[in-house]
Amino acid sequence: MALSKILPAAQEQYAGARNLVINGAMQVAQRGDVTGVTFSYGGADRYEYISGSISSIVTLSQDTDVPSNQGFSNSQKIDVTTADTSLAASDYAIIRQAIEGLNLQHLLYGTSEAKKVTLQFWVKSPKTGTHIVELYHGDAAYNNPQSYTIATADTWQKVTVTFDGYQPTAINNDNGVGLYIHWWLAAGSTYSGGTLTENTWHNTQANRAVGQVNVMDSTSNNFYLTGVQLEVGEQATPFEHRSYGDELRRCQRYYEICDVKFNGYGVGGAQTNIPQKVTKRATPTATNGTSGGYTYNWTFNSISSEANEMSVNGTSSSGGYRVHRYDIELDAEL
Amino acid sequence: MDGVTITNAQYYNNFDGNQSGVKATIDGTEMFVPLDPANRHYAEILRQVDAGTLTIQDAD
Repeated sequence: MALSKILPAAQEQYAGARNLVINGAMQVAQRGDVTGVTFSYGGADRYEYISGSISSIVTLSQDTDVPSNQGFSNSQKIDVTTADTSLAASDYAIIRQAIEGLNLQHLLYGTSEAKKVTLQFWVKSPKTGTHIVELYHGDAAYNNPQSYTIATADTWQKVTVTFDGYQPTAINNDNGVGLYIHWWLAAGSTYSGGTLTENTWHNTQANRAVGQVNVMDSTSNNFYLTGVQLEVGEQATPFEHRSYGDELRRCQRYYEICDVKFNGYGVGGAQTNIPQKVTKRATPTATNGTSGGYTYNWTFNSISSEANEMSVNGTSSSGGYRVHRYDIELDAEL
Repeated sequence: MDGVTITNAQYYNNFDGNQSGVKATIDGTEMFVPLDPANRHYAEILRQVDAGTLTIQDAD
């Protein structure tokens, strides 16, 4: 006789893949640290720093500063290296993660059954006071901001917020942006000059980040984030700790560094295939790496989103017959 | 990606002489961008071309 065990409801809801966010524990950092940027991925995979108009510059890195006894080993660190103490109207800075529409169809957006989602994260901000986190509907271009208050500067704090579902417009079932999670870091009056209506979907720019403190106002400022989980429902369940390998594969759908090796003549006429490990979200942008002391100048003859269906030809600074080994970066981020 | 700087954009061809992508310098790094509208770099190239701030040169 087959035996089965039915979990109590309180335990059953924790089963399976609940977290819609990739790399919520900031385990994977394929790019390494990225310095001196205003608009870039860097540090933990899948988190993009964006800014507009603002003169601040940051370094993005994976850090080991984490909340105690939560099971996290890493955080994403945004280090302000050039400050902006006086925000102009159109200034903004955000750290965000994009979630693909293909992975969000069960939210039933665009129907009367649109589901609520709950976001939890740990944050360590250099500023006390109001901060804004929002969902951005990629296909409707509507925002749903919510505020959270940092009570003590430079201290880890857990935040949990629940967002209503969006009934008017569906999330397209495609490889485009379904939702962004935006953590605001600074907002000029264009984005903060209105009225904050918590947990309300709207497209009024001035109501997006009302009250947001300026995290970018000093080069002493470091903003940390980890333990990010977005899940269906109104309850924040325990963080879903995934294996490093699992998270790496998820991240490689969007970004991968390929280690290419072949024997041959490096100058003129060289050709090889690129061994992608994971099929990409879209056809990726390819960037030459430098490896082994040689500079490779490849032309990407055939770029494909599919593993092992991408070839290059070109030259390297190394003449003669040898084993060539180099890195190629493939970027299919949203 | 409206904070991205793109220069030196030029189409390039594959072995068969067909247009394969755009080689461009994006924020200081030379990148090979496929002609896929779902690719964020190509989408930004198209946006800047439409805005009249970027021109893609023909392939050599």
